[in-house]
Parts: sequence; structure tokens; C-alpha cells
Amino acid sequence: MKITTEMVDYISVLSRLKLPQEEKEQMTGELERIIGYMDTLNALDTGGVEPMSHVFPVKNVLREDQVVPSFDRAELLKNAPKADEEAFLVPKTVE
Amino acid sequence: MTWETVIGLETHVELATKTKIFCSCTTEFGGAPNTHCCPVCTGMPGTLPVVNKKVVEFAAKAGLALNCEITRYNKFDRKNYFYPDLPKAYQVSQLYLPIARNGRVSIQTGTEEKDIRIHELHMEEDAGKLVHDPWIDQTKCDYNRCGVPLIEIVTEPDFRSADEVIAYLEKLKSTLEYLGVSDCKMQEGSLRCDVNLSVRPAGSAELATRTEMKNLNSFKAISRAIAYETRRQIELIEEGKRVIQETRRWDDNKDATFSMRSKENAQDYRYFPEPDIPPLELSEEYLDRLRSEQPEMAQARKARYQQQYGLPEYDADILTSQKALVDFFEETVALGAPAKEVSNWMLGDMMRRLKDEELEPKDMKLTPANLAKLIRMIADGRINRNTAAKVFRAIFPDNADAEEYVKAHGLEQVNDAGLVAQVVEQVFAANTSAVADFKAGNQKVMGFLVGQVMKELKGKADPKAVNQAVREKLGG
Amino acid sequence: MKEILNLTALQLGAAIRKGEVSPVEATRAALEQIEARKADNAFTALTAETALRRAKAVGKKIAAGELTAPLAGVPLSIKDNICTKGVSTTCASKILTGFEPPYDATLVEKLDALGAVPLGKLNMDEFAMGSTTETSFYGPTHNPWDAGRVPGGSSGGAAAAVAARSCWYAIGSDTGGSIRQPAAYCGVTGIKPTYGTVSRYGLIAYASSLDQMGPLARDAADCAAVLDAVMGKDPRDGTSLDVPAGGLLAGLTGDVRGMKIGIPADCFGDGLDPEVMKSVLAVADVLKARGAELVEFTFPVMEYVVPTYYIIAAAEASSNLSRFDGVKYGWRAEGYEDLTDLYSKTRTEGFGAEVKRRILLGTFVLSSGYYDAYYKKALQVKGLIKQAFDDAFGKCDLMLTPVAPTTAPKIGESLSDPLQMYLSDIYTVSVNLAGLPGLSMPCGFDSKGMPIGAQLIGPALGEAKVLNAAHAFQLDTDYHKQSPVEKEAR
Repeated sequence: MKITTEMVDYISVLSRLKLPQEEKEQMTGELERIIGYMDTLNALDTGGVEPMSHVFPVKNVLREDQVVPSFDRAELLKNAPKADEEAFLVPKTVE
Repeated sequence: MTWETVIGLETHVELATKTKIFCSCTTEFGGAPNTHCCPVCTGMPGTLPVVNKKVVEFAAKAGLALNCEITRYNKFDRKNYFYPDLPKAYQVSQLYLPIARNGRVSIQTGTEEKDIRIHELHMEEDAGKLVHDPWIDQTKCDYNRCGVPLIEIVTEPDFRSADEVIAYLEKLKSTLEYLGVSDCKMQEGSLRCDVNLSVRPAGSAELATRTEMKNLNSFKAISRAIAYETRRQIELIEEGKRVIQETRRWDDNKDATFSMRSKENAQDYRYFPEPDIPPLELSEEYLDRLRSEQPEMAQARKARYQQQYGLPEYDADILTSQKALVDFFEETVALGAPAKEVSNWMLGDMMRRLKDEELEPKDMKLTPANLAKLIRMIADGRINRNTAAKVFRAIFPDNADAEEYVKAHGLEQVNDAGLVAQVVEQVFAANTSAVADFKAGNQKVMGFLVGQVMKELKGKADPKAVNQAVREKLGG
Repeated sequence: MKEILNLTALQLGAAIRKGEVSPVEATRAALEQIEARKADNAFTALTAETALRRAKAVGKKIAAGELTAPLAGVPLSIKDNICTKGVSTTCASKILTGFEPPYDATLVEKLDALGAVPLGKLNMDEFAMGSTTETSFYGPTHNPWDAGRVPGGSSGGAAAAVAARSCWYAIGSDTGGSIRQPAAYCGVTGIKPTYGTVSRYGLIAYASSLDQMGPLARDAADCAAVLDAVMGKDPRDGTSLDVPAGGLLAGLTGDVRGMKIGIPADCFGDGLDPEVMKSVLAVADVLKARGAELVEFTFPVMEYVVPTYYIIAAAEASSNLSRFDGVKYGWRAEGYEDLTDLYSKTRTEGFGAEVKRRILLGTFVLSSGYYDAYYKKALQVKGLIKQAFDDAFGKCDLMLTPVAPTTAPKIGESLSDPLQMYLSDIYTVSVNLAGLPGLSMPCGFDSKGMPIGAQLIGPALGEAKVLNAAHAFQLDTDYHKQSPVEKEAR
């Protein structure tokens, strides 16, 4: 199927990627080839076949409602590119 | 042109489990930022979710109580979007197979009864909190709330007025609170409501364009927002303009809704089944067990109170409005206190104290045993009602023992007839003009004389006995 | 090169237990070899000091009889997408520069408990997306058999390190062939166990429904010993299966009499290099000589496995990689104007081209209007693929296929045509889609002297069968004993 740069723009916004113009053009062409190849699946009749999310019939994996002490906050914040002693920091969020 | 308002609700309820939905961090309210967290709920790479069995139980119980069909085979899905309060950049929710569907809640507004249909109820995880710090011009991301279990309850657009919405929310609160699955406190955020509203000409069967309203933090706000938005939409349409489908934020201070700048152009959440969580299959035995654990709900209990205890509807209504009140009432009655008596104390003195001290019934220290004691002391004639009221006020804050308090403060009723007669003599002697007044035909003076006797006896006499003694002395 | 480096992991373990060599000596020898083989660029991080300290501590415990596992004291290395507490874990991506997880993967905890000695982290394709280890932020790893060629991917560093005798075994991950294909390209043995048998907790996710960790080592016996140590249900991984751990090593009898080896004709047709075909089919002969039966059949679903795999893997990856945004860990871009800009700049500059391509592809196939035609369809075909395997295993005990259509290509030749690169995964991806165990073992060399690998696929929970057949093959052949470094006289 045809992939346009507008479509690439749309999925770029959704995935928070912003390709510069030439890269975008190249990517559009590549994606079109790849997705075109994906279209070969249309030849297969899958009428009535259940989509299989989980490959084995595992069910009901549940955990007891018991509190386990939380991690040390400093450990959790240690890797943050920008944080104070309390929290991760980001630029002002719009409501 | 008469207009009809059409409303649907999406309510998020925090479940009262001890731990989060996908990890074992505490769900305790409050706490310093990021101190109730672990690699799982902060979305660290390589971590995986494991479902809390209590969450499933509470969600299923809620579904059953709302008369839903339980989706025996249900699973989780990922809802993908970027926002700093969502550490994994996806929220694990249920879209394709929610745990409960097609329920109904019956509500009463005035004398009208109506069923509100529940479209679905599903489990999902809560996001964190963002707080902007103007000193550093940065927004702080606190993930304590990430992973707190929620159920989202979506109704059909069956509401036609704010009153109906409030009635539904009160019924919902009561139901979930009775089940013990949530404390449903709007002010703490454990009950959140988004309102979908549209207007149409009365009699029309089509649904018009609707807006979604957020940031409604109280029942009052909901009512006012519904009124505002209804008016706003009607005005738009009457001016020949279109209602835009959008999300609007209610501003309590300005008493109006405002369009929210959309977070992204397209809200394309790209839902797909969560591969890290195997599906749930709930057996009939499991559901039977949950059904058997359901307590007698408010409506049935109210009817029973009227029938079994002969309580008036008004009393029964208030008592059954909260599980904590019902539990307190039944325990006190079980200890032998007469139902009407208990009810009067609860609806009168207790409610006043709760209101004055801004206390929730379930946080009250006073115990049923203590109230039962107080009531017994009145019945035994050991204290009179006035004294009892004072004692109640005194023992209420810390549940000081009623008997001990009465003893310690020497509040036992004076039942000595001789002493009463003596004091009556004294009062009559000191108030001859009043006595003469009565004999001249002024009936009201008796009250004054009784009051004087009570005062002399420091209020500890049985008012009935004093009344009797005074009346006799007056020769009537 | 020290002789000790030529031992298998189990042989070294035995020698350590007997007191013939100490874990410290072994660790030192490995560290020296790593230094000597620096040009391979197999490692992203070395933890030499910690390794020596640990080797010393472990050595004492072994001597005291406190640690008795077959692999106690044996040094290994770990692919860089597996969380190691306090040790850099980058997935060979710029966006995770400097990330030190505050916790260990369950697998790492298990290896720690038995007394293993981790030496460092191994290079890989960025976020495990690739088949050549050329998409790594840290540059490509070189195939020890020919430095101008790729080691395969995405566990290229792991395969190269084992082949170059820089460690006795390595832990890799496999989503579409990332253990098996580099094992084949580098002439080592690697196995991806049944989905769910090894906990994924701590493996940085690429495609959640397909990822598994597994060993790369000198032979099937070593692989069996590693799996014995790391398999088993993990309460922290909801998809992990309730299977008993252990018994695989003990089950290696080499007896394959009566075993039906399936040869799917569709895997031996066009597009397969004739030298590869010959060597792989010769495996059947060796097993037949040991009493196995050969069963030929068709497997027409092969035509659909690559698009199915890439749709599902890209979709899940697009979601799994959304958490990398410069907020909580890793690298953050500079010069952003607002929050959205922070996200976009960080991700655009922090991810390489192949990762971005797969994120876009995955976002597309999940997006509104395309979900049914692509993602849902792929899940349906996945069901058909699983069914096809179930049917096949009704007729045979194991399947024999090639691992890759060719031997290792030259560095720089593969990245220009992404689709072509995807197609080369045809023999391996089907195994991940069906959740089955797949093993790759050396079975020959081509005329350029590059290793050729053969794949054995088993039914679900059939690792014992797969390992045993590989072990049988390795009793009668010595391809797995060859190493590019032994040839270099010291």
C-alpha cells in the first residue's frame, strides 16, 4: 500500500519522533517497501481464526495483596537526567 | 423549543487494596513523593507487571453489585500515549474484554424511579501526580500514585438531569462502600467523575455532539457544571453554531467550562492486548463465592429496618446511607439497646458531633458498646436525658467509658423522692409569687418552678419525677 | 592463549571443584584474552575488579563445599540488554547511556547464587533490533573468524566472545533468532528455550511475546548446564511457566534411536546457499547413522513467517520503547523548548535508524484504521503458524532446518536494504512466533572458512530432546570444538 510522508508525520507524532526532511523521505520509501511486503499476509485466509496474543494457555497468574517495602527513593532517582531529591523533573506540562 | 439534556458518566474509583495493581508497593494515601515506588511502577526497563488478586476480586464484586454480566474470560490491554505522569508511556487497562458489562443501577429522584444502564466496568492502573514548582519552573513527577488500582465505570447516556447524576453517584458510593472495595472519597480523589453531555430537542431520539467535562471535584461542582454546559450548548445551537466534540475543564472559581488544549492531535491510543499479563478466566465457583460474600445492601437493609425495627423511612434512609453507620447501629442493637433509641442518638447527637468535628463515621472512636451502656443507664433511670446528652458529648471524642464518666463526675440521677420533695418545698417557699401566679391561672409558671427544682438538684433529678412532684404540690 | 581457555564451561567447573585451577586464575585468563581480543569489540563494559573480587570469594566457598553447582566459579559475560545491578546496561543505545539498573534480572540473581563470575556486558544490535550487531551505538562487533565480517545479531558480542575464547559462556537474548543466528555465524552453540521457561524479569523488552534469554557456549552440554540453572517459574514474570528447573544436563545420553527428525522441504529451497544446504542436510545423515529416522514434509506456512514476525515484534517494540523519553533514566537531549520537544529530540537523537524504523512500523500497524489489517491479522497468522508446528510435531520429534540462508556477510553490506535483512531471518522467526525451543550448532564451514550452523527445533518444553540430539551430533563431530583463536599460534 502507498505510504505518504503525511502518514509518516502522523505516526511520528504518535511515537514522538521527528525526522529531518531527507531522513523522512528515505524512511517513507523504506516503510512503503516493508509494509508492501507485509501485505503478502492478505493472501492467507484467516476467516474465523482467533487472534493469538499468548502462545500458551496460561491463565490467572495472580499475586497476594501483601505490601513489600518500597525501593529507596534515591535509588529510583539516581539514573534520572534531571531530578531533585524528591522527584523527576520535566519542563512545565500543559493541563 | 424545549431542550433535553443527555448525560453519560465515566467514573474512576480507587480500589481499597493494600498494594498496587501490578506491584507490591503500598497504596497508602499521601507519603513523600516517590517513596511508595519500585522499579515496576516507575516503569524501569526490564520490569514486568503481576496482577494483584484482590484487585480482580474487588472489581468482580463491584460488577456483581452493579448487576453486570461478568466477562468470565477477560484480559488487559495497553493504552499508549506520552505524558510525564505515565512512566511506561502506556496505561494498562481493559478495552476489548472488560471484566464486567451490561449492568444497571436503579436510582430515585423525588418520586421517580429509574434504571441507569452500566455499559462496562473495567480495571486499570492510575497515573502519577504532576506538580509544577514555579521556583524552579519545572514540573515534578511523583509516581506514588502510579499503579494504584482503579475501576472505571461507564454508563450509557441515560441521565437527563443533574439530580439523576447525583442520585446515581450517591448510590454508587454507597454500593461500593458497602462492599468495602473503595472508600469513595471525592475530596481525596478515590472517586473521580467525568461527565459527557449533549443537548437535543425534547422528543428527539438521536444523540447530538457531546463534550466531556473534567476536573469535577464535588457533587456541587458536577451540578453546576451540568447547568453551565447545558446552557452553553443550547446557546451555541440557538445561535446557529455547532457544538465541537472536545474535552472541557470545569473551573470552580469561574463557574464555567473551558476548552482544554488537546494533548495530541489524534487521540490514537493504539490499544493492543497486553502481552505481559496472561488472561483471566473467572470460574462460576469463584463468582459464587464473591456473591455469597456480598453484604446486605443499602436498599434491602433500609426496607428491613423499617419492617423489623419499625423505623420511619427517613431514619432508615440516613442510617443505611453509609456502611459504617449501619455496622454501628446493628452492633449497638445487638447489645440490647432498643432500635429507635439507638437511631435517635445516631441521627441526633452523633451526627451533630460528626459534623462539628468533620469526622467520618468510620473514623469515629465511640464504640457501639459504649453507646449501648449510655442508653441502658437512661433506661435504668440512673441518668436523665439532659445529663445523657452532656455525657455523650464528653465521651464522644475518645470513647471514655460512659459509666466511669458518670461516676467520676457524680452525675448519677437523684432518685431520692424524699430529697426531691424537700427541694420542692424549698423552691415553693422561695417563689411564693410564682405559686400565686399559677393559682391565679398562669399554667406556664409550672415550667419555671420545675426548672428551679432541677437547678437546685443540679439537673440530676429525673425530670418526670420532678414534674410529678411539682404538679402534685400545686394540687393539679 | 592459555590452555584453560580451551576447556568447556563444564570442564572448567569440574577442574575448579577438583582444585586444579581457581576461579581467580580462570578470571585472570579470561580478562587477558578479552584484552588481547579487544579489536573484536565484543564488550560494552568490563567489570574486571568486581569479577576478581567475586572469583576470590566464590573460590573460597567452593573449596569449603558450599557451592557445588557444575558452573560454580566459571566466568561468563552478559548481553547488554540484561539488567545487572549497579553495572552499566545500555542495550547498545545512546538513549540508555550511563543507565545502571537498581536491580538484577532474575536470571542474573540465579547465576550469582550458584557462584558464577560475570566479567562484563556484551555488545549487541541496538535494543536487540538487527541481525548483524552493526546497529550498536558502540560500533560493530567483528566476527573472530574474519574481522571483516559480522558476527551476526543481535547477540553478536555474545557469540564473538565465546568463539574468541574470551569467556566460557555467555547469556544472550533471542526474539527472532538473536541467539541462534550469531551462534551459527560464529561457530558456537546457542539455544533459545521454550517461551516462558526462563524469566524475562530484567530483560529489557523488545517484543514481549517473543523474547527469551538463553546461553551461547562451546557445546550442547554447557548450554544444558546453564539452562538447568536459570529455568523455572518466577513470581515476578507473569508469563513464566511452572516448569521444574534442572535435569537437562543429566538427560544428555546421546541416544537418538527412533527419534523422528523432520526435514521441511520449504526450508531447503531457493534462496539458501548451496554450501549451507549441504552442511545442514549432512546433520541428518549423522543423526540417522545414530539411529534416528528422517521424515520429509512440507511446511508451507514458512512463506508468511517473516511479515508476521515483523508486524508483531515492531508493534510490541513501539510500545515497549516508549518509556525511553529522557525523563526517568538514560540520556536526555539538550536545547529542547518544551515537554513535547524534550520527548521528540531525545528519542530522535537517542535512537538509531533501525530502531526508529521499527518504532514507526510498529506504530503504524497498531494505529487506528490499520490495526485489523496488520496487527490483528498477524496475530491470526501466528495462530496458524503455531497450529502448523503442532501438526508437524505430530509427525516428528524434532525439525532440522538451516539457521540462516548464508554464512556471515561482510561488515557494511547488510544495512542498506532493511527488507532484505529481515528476509534473512526466515528460518529463525517462526520458532519465536510459536514459542518453541530452538538450538543452533556448528555443522560445517564454507569455502571461505566461515562457520555454518544447523537449527534443531523442538516441541514446546522439548529442550531436553533438542539438547540431546545436538549432544549426539557433537559426540560424532568436532565442528563445535573449532575456534578461530586456536589457529593463531602464540
